[in-house]
Amino acid sequence: MIPLTHYLVLGAILFAISMVGIFLNRKNVVILLMAIELLLLAVNINFVAFSHYLQDPAGEIFVFFILTVAAAESAIGLAILIVLFRNRRSVNVEDLDLLKG
Amino acid sequence: MTFTQLAFYFFATVLIFAAAMVVSIRNPVKAALFLVLAFFSAACVWITLEAEFLAIVLVLVYVGAVMVLFLFVVMMLDINLARMREGFGEYLPIGGLIAVLMVLEIAIVLTSGGFGEEQFPRPEGHPAGFSDTKELGRLIYTAYVYPFELAAVILLVAIVAAIALTLRKRPDTKYLDPARQVTVKKADRLRVVKMPAEKRADRTTEGEA
Repeated sequence: MIPLTHYLVLGAILFAISMVGIFLNRKNVVILLMAIELLLLAVNINFVAFSHYLQDPAGEIFVFFILTVAAAESAIGLAILIVLFRNRRSVNVEDLDLLKG
Repeated sequence: MTFTQLAFYFFATVLIFAAAMVVSIRNPVKAALFLVLAFFSAACVWITLEAEFLAIVLVLVYVGAVMVLFLFVVMMLDINLARMREGFGEYLPIGGLIAVLMVLEIAIVLTSGGFGEEQFPRPEGHPAGFSDTKELGRLIYTAYVYPFELAAVILLVAIVAAIALTLRKRPDTKYLDPARQVTVKKADRLRVVKMPAEKRADRTTEGEA
């Protein structure tokens, strides 16, 4: 039988890969958004695993809400990306210095 | 090794491979396709955890809607890949160090004895005829009905925000409003002018000119 730790380690590895993705692709906003989706997926795997091993469906409800928020976030993120590209002709993070902060 | 174990390790391997490809591949379109593979493998992993409804939702909502949105946006944008890849591995040492440390820390916590098979034995599977969807639906419409409505509001806000952000008026286009076109009257376009007849021009000079 598969112990709970294997699912949790899977989630941790996925989380770490997405973190590295954020470090590697820090200039490309599209890949950054994808890495954020992967981070949320890693968290969801932990939620589903605990929900199954504790026999408590509340964890699955939480995954449901996380999916909702992640879908809304990616929709708004991509809309911002399109407006950004329309104004700057680029999705490079280094070109986003309009505020001069 | 049972079939469930074999399936889990296979799906987990594919998931990790796909995630690694998403963050390391050069072409964003290919990255989006690998993200599709990652979500699909994650859905298969969730099936081994008897979360059938969520697995189907992950495939339908993520692979079917969000990833198609990603692909559309990536293909519409004209991304300068060469500039994007400048300094690609610049932060790889520190990032990799942090990632390895995170996995090691979680491994230490997990092997410390609090999450073993004694504390968390794998539960018996649900009996035949058990409906995961029914159970989730019962909870969502009773105990979690208020958060559920908030989630609906969040989705509504996302729709309005996405449309409001990307909507724009373009004054330079020669756009015709059909509603105004069909309501136009003869009097708006045609003007009858009364004027005295003019003397006829000389034909020979007109022809030469």
